[in-house]
Amino acid sequence: MDEQVVISTQNLVKQFQVKDGAVTAIDGVTLQVRRGETYGLIGPDGAGKTTTTRVILGLLTRTSGQSSILGHDSMRDTYRIRERVGYIAQQFALPGDLTVMENVRFFARVQGVSSAEQRRRIPDLLEFAGLSGFTDRLASRLSGGMKKKLALACSLVHEPQVVLLDEPTLGVDPVSRREFWNLLGDLRRERGTTIFVCTPYMDEAERCNWVGLMYEGRLIAHDSPGKIKQMVPGRLLEFKPSDFVPAWRLVPDLPGVLEVQTYGAMLHIFVDDPDRRGREIEAALAAQGITCEGMREIETRMEEAFISLIRKQSAGASDAA
Amino acid sequence: MRGVDNMREGLRNRIRRLSAIIQKEAIQILRDRGTLVMLLLMPVLEMFLFAYAVSLTVDHIPTAVADASMDAQSRAFVGALVASGYFDIDMYVADETQVIQAIDEGRVKAGIVIPPNFAAQIERGEAQALVILDGSDAASVSSGYSAANAVAQSWAMGLTVEKVARVGAASLGGDISLPIRTSTRVLYNPDRDDMIFIVPGLIAILLQVMTIGQAATAVVRERELGVTEQILITPARPIELLIGKMVPNLVLAVIVMLIVVLFGIFWFGVPFKGNPWSFVWLSLLFIISGLGLGLLISTVAKTQRQARQITLLFMLLCMLLTGLIYPRQPMPPIVKAVSNLIPATYFVRIARGIITKGVGLSFMWADVLVLVVYSVVVVVVSALTFKKRLD
Ligand SMILES: Nc1ncnc2c1ncn2[C@@H]1O[C@H](COP(=O)(O)OP(=O)(O)O)[C@@H](O)[C@H]1O
Ligand SMILES: [Mg+2]
Repeated sequence: MDEQVVISTQNLVKQFQVKDGAVTAIDGVTLQVRRGETYGLIGPDGAGKTTTTRVILGLLTRTSGQSSILGHDSMRDTYRIRERVGYIAQQFALPGDLTVMENVRFFARVQGVSSAEQRRRIPDLLEFAGLSGFTDRLASRLSGGMKKKLALACSLVHEPQVVLLDEPTLGVDPVSRREFWNLLGDLRRERGTTIFVCTPYMDEAERCNWVGLMYEGRLIAHDSPGKIKQMVPGRLLEFKPSDFVPAWRLVPDLPGVLEVQTYGAMLHIFVDDPDRRGREIEAALAAQGITCEGMREIETRMEEAFISLIRKQSAGASDAA
Repeated sequence: MRGVDNMREGLRNRIRRLSAIIQKEAIQILRDRGTLVMLLLMPVLEMFLFAYAVSLTVDHIPTAVADASMDAQSRAFVGALVASGYFDIDMYVADETQVIQAIDEGRVKAGIVIPPNFAAQIERGEAQALVILDGSDAASVSSGYSAANAVAQSWAMGLTVEKVARVGAASLGGDISLPIRTSTRVLYNPDRDDMIFIVPGLIAILLQVMTIGQAATAVVRERELGVTEQILITPARPIELLIGKMVPNLVLAVIVMLIVVLFGIFWFGVPFKGNPWSFVWLSLLFIISGLGLGLLISTVAKTQRQARQITLLFMLLCMLLTGLIYPRQPMPPIVKAVSNLIPATYFVRIARGIITKGVGLSFMWADVLVLVVYSVVVVVVSALTFKKRLD
């Protein structure tokens, strides 16, 4: 096995049997996560991120394909995997009637960490997670952000080489989200821990050095965030039309316009030449009595790239059909 | 050498995991003060409730007598019934029909019919008397039937007890007749001190409901909250999780058992006739079967609400079917079959056998054997349902 590959899947398929047939949650996913990398599995709700994570960890059986983590097959080496990885489930809860310290100690002992090691590690870990001042507080009394930090501390107590975090910032305020991502940054720098994160937030993808875009059970793109953004041809214009619907109908047919996306009350337009097309669009809309407010070129973000890639994916699928 | 070290390390980790899980469950039980206090106080409360209910036992039941013999023996028998304190003779009538009529009209609640040649039949040891009870009055039925049995017992004769629903003579053909020869309640309870019978049975019921409820909700609550997945991803083995959940609840159940027994002995004066150690061992067995059953229920119940409802259903079945209040002999076969599926049915008998009668294991080996098999089966099955994956 390649020492550098920490997580790998090959044509991974997972179907759930439901009342009226089968749901295909993962539809042939092939991905690789290299050592020390922060890999973001990005996609909307229902894309199959949680299922993929669970199958990799051996928490769910797979229908077909291969998956392994740290060189251990997900299905066969169940307990060897569980001793070596950290995981925060999406809808996780830690025992709320245990204190912060009791929780960390519980997970340490279940992970086979000796008492001497616990004495050495736990204070550092709580310091790292910013929980040193709350050791005696019941987990149920922590704020949302602190609960996530406690979960992270618990999942790191056996010093795993890789952690898998399923939407770790779900339901957390923006400040705590930033703090949490800073912790992950420290973790990667100081310990070289490989981090696999599932998230629907496109801005979090920018924090990863590799992202996989997942949609309807498939991995539709995987590359560095920069490369993913370059996958969308053209450059991006943004403006706010005075009359939204007619503008949205008109713009796609103009020359040089590659793709139109809506963004709140604004339009995001991919064009071949931003200066020239910007003027042309303004003129064409003015002819219809529509004014353009704040016309400017912006950087393509993950969000626009993702929407564009999904569109091409579904267009390709309907062409094939 | 390395293999031995690995094994030793493996064992050390297993012990660490197990003790961590046990400690976690114990902390959680102790932190949930409300539930804990209720679990510890409930038994005492229920004992008082039962004691109070027992003191409401109906006596001085208005009775009609149809004595076809009118000899010394029959008069003595009726006299004994009156002396028991349960029956007051309000009227003498000619025959069974008139007795039933009197009950139908609500003038009496019980009737005693003595056939001709009673004295001669007593001589031959084949005396039969019929006690008819007003089936619409559950309290006088159970009191009257116990009392009549006790008297009949001392007269060494067969007794036919019939329940008559007060619905008129037309439907009398369909009446349930209860040809009961003995009643344990009366046989071993000559002083009518019902607590002697209630306490052992109560231990069984309380432990049954508590163990099922504790085990089922402990698992379902974690699943509902989302703790299960977070613990499943640790190296803890299913069997360790199972034992870890059982041990603290087992200790708690033993404490409750001791509370009930000690309270029964020192407050209600229930004599403990048998061997305390066999009682402790057998209750451990019984507790394990209950916890196993609770864990099995947790695989069916999706929510804590459902778990509680199933537990409640068990409580009802226990009260009605295990022989705690109602004797099991007259139950229809299908009801009996259902009651045979409840561990408490066996333990009610075992508890009464040891505490009240003071008999040894040799008298109840069948019940013990069933309980052993039961425990092994539920624990093994629930261990198998504790999976290492989510699907
Ligand atoms: N246990 C299950 N049974 C049936 N369908 C499931 C189950 N778990 C997930 N699914 C389905 O699989 C798909 C992917 O779900 P999930 O992996 O949770 O997506 P994500 O984590 O990206 O939101 C969804 O359509 C979901 O309904
Ligand atoms: Mg998910």
